[in-house]
Amino acid sequence: MPAVRHLPTSESEDLIALTRELAAKELAPRVTAAEREGAFPREVFATLGAAGLLSLPYPEEFGGGAQPYEVYLQVLEEIGAVWASVGVGVSVHALSCFPLFAYGTDEQRSAWLPGMLSGERLGAYCLSEAHAGSDPAAMRARAVRDGDSYVLDGAKAWTTHGGEADFYTVMARTSDDGARGISCFHVPAGTPGLEFDRPEDKMGLMGSTTATVRLEGVRVPAGNRIGAEGQGLSIALAGLDAGRLGIAAVATGLAQGALDTAVRYAKEREAFGRAIIDHQGLAFVLADMAAAVESARATYLSAARLKDAGRPYGREASIAKLIATDNAMRVTTDAVQVLGGAGYTRDFPVERYMREAKVMQIFEGTNQIQRLVISRHLAR
Amino acid sequence: MNIVVLVKQVPDTESPRKLKSDDSTLDRAAADGVINELDEYAIEEALKIKEAHGGEVTVLTMGPAKATDSIRKALAMGADKAVHLVDDGLAGSDALQTSYAIQQALGRTGFDIVILGSESTDARTGVLAAMLSERLGVPQITLANKVEIDGSAIKAQRVTDYGYDRVEATLPAVVSVVEKINEPRYPSFKGIMAAKKKPVETLGLGDAGIDAAQVGLANAATEVVDFADAPARAQGQIVTDEGDGGAKIAEFLASKKFV
Ligand SMILES: Cc1cc2nc3c(=O)[nH]c(=O)nc-3n(C[C@H](O)[C@H](O)[C@H](O)COP(=O)(O)OP(=O)(O)OC[C@H]3O[C@@H](n4cnc5c(N)ncnc54)[C@H](O)[C@@H]3O)c2cc1C
Ligand SMILES: Cc1cc2nc3c(=O)[nH]c(=O)nc-3n(C[C@H](O)[C@H](O)[C@H](O)COP(=O)(O)OP(=O)(O)OC[C@H]3O[C@@H](n4cnc5c(N)ncnc54)[C@H](O)[C@@H]3O)c2cc1C
Repeated sequence: MPAVRHLPTSESEDLIALTRELAAKELAPRVTAAEREGAFPREVFATLGAAGLLSLPYPEEFGGGAQPYEVYLQVLEEIGAVWASVGVGVSVHALSCFPLFAYGTDEQRSAWLPGMLSGERLGAYCLSEAHAGSDPAAMRARAVRDGDSYVLDGAKAWTTHGGEADFYTVMARTSDDGARGISCFHVPAGTPGLEFDRPEDKMGLMGSTTATVRLEGVRVPAGNRIGAEGQGLSIALAGLDAGRLGIAAVATGLAQGALDTAVRYAKEREAFGRAIIDHQGLAFVLADMAAAVESARATYLSAARLKDAGRPYGREASIAKLIATDNAMRVTTDAVQVLGGAGYTRDFPVERYMREAKVMQIFEGTNQIQRLVISRHLAR
Repeated sequence: MNIVVLVKQVPDTESPRKLKSDDSTLDRAAADGVINELDEYAIEEALKIKEAHGGEVTVLTMGPAKATDSIRKALAMGADKAVHLVDDGLAGSDALQTSYAIQQALGRTGFDIVILGSESTDARTGVLAAMLSERLGVPQITLANKVEIDGSAIKAQRVTDYGYDRVEATLPAVVSVVEKINEPRYPSFKGIMAAKKKPVETLGLGDAGIDAAQVGLANAATEVVDFADAPARAQGQIVTDEGDGGAKIAEFLASKKFV
């Protein structure tokens, strides 16, 4: 049963219908093979871009859909319910566009944003380094000013779309002044010196490429710096608040997908002479799963409405990410349990959902870091 | 060019479809309504003709109020405007009556070409193109998998059991299409927003000049006398290949008169 949604407008209802149609016709037929083979589905992003799904939260003047986060996140959830790698990709793409949109000059925005929002140019977001994941202020990659340009050196770890993207939003150090010594750069693919390691061999999310990006004397014009020198980390962290809501939505979607599979199976599978859903011990597992999915959705939507109203929402975004991803881990683990031995095989998608849920607790700030953010808000 | 595309809302083939026990008509409230699959191909072809030759695409739908969802989707795909024929008096109309009602509505829209699906997924009579062409007194090209327009001439390929026929007619004409004709586009979010501003004209019986005594369940020429659930599909026959698999398959096909 698809999620029951209360949407604010008729166009958002039509948008969800369009997303479900694209998910059923363009994502569902591809997901199993691509996840097994580790194939990155670039063409799917082109399709989503052409349908306008990559530009939903941005204003119309840049070709965006001017949709509130409340709506955009539910679109993302529908995508995540069918293919988490693509949901994550859409979210990371939005994260990569955010610095330019929020901090770029008019000139930078009119030059780059339309191609990014139409999906012609796919983005990557380079914040983490091998030794600096939870603590990005410890980053070492450098950007040194040289006349009218900057020269970037270093290595950015864990880059989603590394090697596949058309542009890289890179955080690099422009001074040794700790968290205030970092700046943000727009680096187009194909810039000499931009190299990629072999992609990581991951536990899940195989359809999403994750690779270390090497910066070896990468020269970009000074006009490719986004925001002021030293503003980079605060730009990066501002983007993460919205990004965390994106991950919460994708996690809710994949939990919904696991729940739907489990319920369908539990109605058909019989044990001791009746459908397993008619055994209360199992039915209550399903009830808890449904409650976990709904509360995850309610939590991220509540944070989204604060954001849409222009209110601070950092604490609520962290709560949403924490709740939605922890719930997704539990729901997907239980879905494997509901399917019994079948759940442990690759003939059914629930083991994949379980592997996908795990990473949701790790990236865009581990769930320990979310607790850190939440508790710091409480201690203020 | 004045292009009219007929769009029927049908129950989603994914959801269970039922007839109502009281009047043996389809329970349209019980299932999600979607655009009849072949009608998406009809819409795509209409848009292609417009893109190549200019003109306007009008969606014409006869159906209950909730058919507006399907109309909005057709407009989001790119049609310019819509006419929605909706009246309680039309409920339960059979194919003859439907073709009469659509003929009357077409009298208001006018047309150079009427494009429709060759069959609906719910009633599947597949007769509407023929009935309309007879009523309108214009040529019909049915089961088209390729259409070309050259001035007032229309050339098409229609699929047959043995391959295809090449046929030609002059406009105005009625053309029904099969799924091989094109690949329907998806709407885009821009299209969804644009659709909100496109005109949708709602017509009742009187507006369309339809005689109430000629439509509706009570006046239908056909009557559903009885219906039953489709029998559950029996388990297939499994042939174990012991070196003679090919022969056994041939034997099976021959017994069913397939070969
Ligand atoms: C598939 C995938 C895709 C990714 N995509 C991107 C991307 O596109 N761009 C990008 O920049 N990064 C990306 N990342 C990186 C990701 O954001 C980091 O892995 C994450 O922030 C954790 O950093 P780390 O791996 O260095 O873990 P560490 O920081 O080494 O943490 C190890 C453990 O210590 C815990 N820990 C650390 N500090 C504290 C503390 N103060 N209190 C309590 N516990 C603590 C953590 O919670 C964790 O459990 C991706 C990662 C993965 C796996
Ligand atoms: C289960 C069932 C059985 C039925 N059996 C019969 C029967 O045996 N005899 C009979 O006369 N009627 C029957 N009907 C009634 C039938 O639904 C209507 O007459 C219908 O409007 C036209 O028939 P069709 O959909 O089969 O047309 P088809 O000829 O199969 O449809 C071809 C195309 O015509 C267009 N079109 C059809 N209906 C509309 C519409 N309302 N608005 C806009 N475009 C439309 C669409 O483009 C469609 O693709 C039956 C209905 C049901 C639900």
